[in-house]
Amino acid sequence: MASIPISPFGAPEMSDSDSSWTLDKLLASDLEAGHAVIDALIAALESAGWLGRDLFHVQMAIEEAVVNAIEHGNRRDSSKQVHVLFHVSQDHAEMTITDQGEGFEHWNVADPTEDERLDKPRGRGVLLIRELMSESKYNDKGNSVWMLKRRSAEEESSEEESD
Amino acid sequence: MPTYRRITVVDDAGVSIVQFVDKKIVDSATIEQLGEELNSLVTVEKRNMLLLNFEGVEFMSSAALNKLISLNSKVKAAAGRLKLCSLRKEIKEVFVITRLDRVFDLRKSVEDAMESFKL
Repeated sequence: MASIPISPFGAPEMSDSDSSWTLDKLLASDLEAGHAVIDALIAALESAGWLGRDLFHVQMAIEEAVVNAIEHGNRRDSSKQVHVLFHVSQDHAEMTITDQGEGFEHWNVADPTEDERLDKPRGRGVLLIRELMSESKYNDKGNSVWMLKRRSAEEESSEEESD
Repeated sequence: MPTYRRITVVDDAGVSIVQFVDKKIVDSATIEQLGEELNSLVTVEKRNMLLLNFEGVEFMSSAALNKLISLNSKVKAAAGRLKLCSLRKEIKEVFVITRLDRVFDLRKSVEDAMESFKL
């Protein structure tokens, strides 16, 4: 049985039947608060047996989504909040991050992998979320992203990649 | 010589081998400081043969990637060479997805990277 993760937000909801964990929280628009919920999410995933590549993928995507919401969405405006809704079980992780910003044209983000844009800082977070998650979707306005990661059937062996 | 808090630097055969102090490069203050320290290797210390050894680095965000891109420009401007080595498989995958594997010279190990500096 997975142990209940220690969260700064009090006892997480962990049901005995399926070891699932849910966090529904409004955050201040600062990165410290953002990283506290990311740490809680990672702890919950580890408790549910996630590891390796799957865990890394969720960590990468949630980092991009939460930092984007705070920095680009709410522009660190202390009067605005970020709503995070996380649900973790042994076989999937679902995360919705919503900010109170203006949103963005998520269908119109320049491809950061084009040669002339490779050295530009923008657009990589959106790309990474799309590539690393099993599914992801923005609302029309672009101030809310939903992400789903299905855990791989079997953790890949640590075979060496040839360079 | 500047004091570094986010990196350690060892010189070997004309190459500055840089290791990261932090296992997880996510905190924005850490990333800012890391970026300044990396840039200072080139702009203040005038080092232009750099090897970033990622051994022990478990995680880095795209904000940290941006600092590496900025370092790469500075090294190029100084007519130097920058290589990265010993990246965890998952971090290497991030370079591949973002196509930054075409911008950076990624090497398997310190030994492999040091050999390639001789070419």
